[in-house]
Amino acid sequence: MRWLLTSVALIFLSFFLFLPLVSVFFEAFKKGVDVYFAAITEPDAISAVKLTLVAAVIAVPLNLVFGVAAAWAIAKFDFRGKSILLTLIDLPFSVSPVIAGLIYVLVFGLQGWFGEWLSAHDLKVIFAVPGIVLATIFVTFPFVARELIPLMQAQGQEQEEAARVLGASGFQTFWKVTLPNVKWALLYGVILCNARAMGEFGAVSVVSGHIRGQTNTLPLHIEILYNEYQMAAAFAVASLLASLALVTLVLKYTVERQVQRELAQAKDAGASQ
Amino acid sequence: MIFSKTLLRQRSVLPGFDMAMGLTLTYLCLLVLIPLGAAFLRTTALTWPAFVAVVTSPRVVASYELTFGASLLAAIVNAVFGLLVAWVLVRYDFFGRRLVDALVDLPFALPTAVAGITLTGLYASNGWIGRYLEPLGLKVAFTPVGVFVAMTFIGLPFVVRTVQPILEDMASELEEAAATLGASRLQTFTRVILPILSPALLTGFALAFARALGEYGSIIFIAGNMPMVSEITPLLIITKLEQYDYAGATAIAVVMLVMSFVLLLAINALQAWARKRQGK
Repeated sequence: MRWLLTSVALIFLSFFLFLPLVSVFFEAFKKGVDVYFAAITEPDAISAVKLTLVAAVIAVPLNLVFGVAAAWAIAKFDFRGKSILLTLIDLPFSVSPVIAGLIYVLVFGLQGWFGEWLSAHDLKVIFAVPGIVLATIFVTFPFVARELIPLMQAQGQEQEEAARVLGASGFQTFWKVTLPNVKWALLYGVILCNARAMGEFGAVSVVSGHIRGQTNTLPLHIEILYNEYQMAAAFAVASLLASLALVTLVLKYTVERQVQRELAQAKDAGASQ
Repeated sequence: MIFSKTLLRQRSVLPGFDMAMGLTLTYLCLLVLIPLGAAFLRTTALTWPAFVAVVTSPRVVASYELTFGASLLAAIVNAVFGLLVAWVLVRYDFFGRRLVDALVDLPFALPTAVAGITLTGLYASNGWIGRYLEPLGLKVAFTPVGVFVAMTFIGLPFVVRTVQPILEDMASELEEAAATLGASRLQTFTRVILPILSPALLTGFALAFARALGEYGSIIFIAGNMPMVSEITPLLIITKLEQYDYAGATAIAVVMLVMSFVLLLAINALQAWARKRQGK
């Protein structure tokens, strides 16, 4: 029974996980190392790498600050409507990426609410970098907050209150008491947030306009190469993102244990009181 | 901000509530709530009959049927195999178990466009898997079956990751007790294990279903995107946008949004139920 179940599970995973992962790298190097390096060093690919990094470098810190603020308000204070706020924070996860892109077109696009004003001032949001950044922020919105909130709720506020009573300022309390207590969960949220930010396709595709060398992120660049039947090049660029995914998994796996330790400590402290 | 103290009750010696709450609400409103509201307001540009005509036109209805049907099927397959994978990972030890455990999250970490072209390559008629399926009469890539395959891939981690912690907490003494009392393996599974796991299993199923409904990136490569046959609803929104039919795109988006919100509420209720069951 044991061997049967294990084999069935592994066969299922082979079809849906292991083979896809292996085949990305196989297809990428199918036409040789030269083709591979040519594909990832051509100017359009480089500019796609840069734009992907720009989007992540803006989106991740903003969502980090938001996540910390939201977790502070929700975990350390009591107020009415908390569960509604929690649901609203999770909302972007249940919205299709395509719709995430569409709503920004409706606000900032030429036909949108601010369309005329923006074009009168020669500002471009949609089919330009700001739109890509906005869409990226939307799809990665809840990551940091949803890692921090349960942990900080479990930790309670006794330690912070003690620090305040002993004369620490609000900022010192946060910096020296709260932050060290949640550092692994914070890192965990950032890792997940970053992976999604660099890999987002649907939402970014709607607002990008697909201008080569200008508004193409790595995932969009893959689509263009693929549609031009440049399979080896498409898979070469895809292998970059697949490597990023593997690095993410390794980091995630390592950090996950530390997060569980943080949570277990918080629960033990709660139980002993 | 006096209003936050009267409207939102708070009693604490800790500082920073006003600032943290203000920042949270501002950010949430500007980036999420107002743009989402724009979608709902935009549909008012259409009269009710016009709205109904858009969202019930044959091509749109065909896309709902495909999106819903394939999502449901993928979520069911993920519920069954996700439970199996979680069981094997928790209860059995085998070579490479920890590697497999870490790799289960791959669909979360792998960008959807990469998943899309890779699955297409594998399941195309000359691909590693497709070449063995095609002689059996099963064409996957560029058919509705391809949509199902992509949805199964992206939904795979949900059930495993919701069921796994419950299984880890579940003492194997329970099953041993059931076995000693004369229960067969099947009885132990259906009467003892499944009832304990069912809230988590249902939550994972709903999460996988919700994710599949909105999925775009991994599907469009493998689907073939034939109108009435293998065209998913999110793609129709993009098609309408590219034709500058903003009202039409928004109308379909609103239908999808309402469905996602209903699912989100259902998932929240399921998770509350699961927590209650676990707490007992």
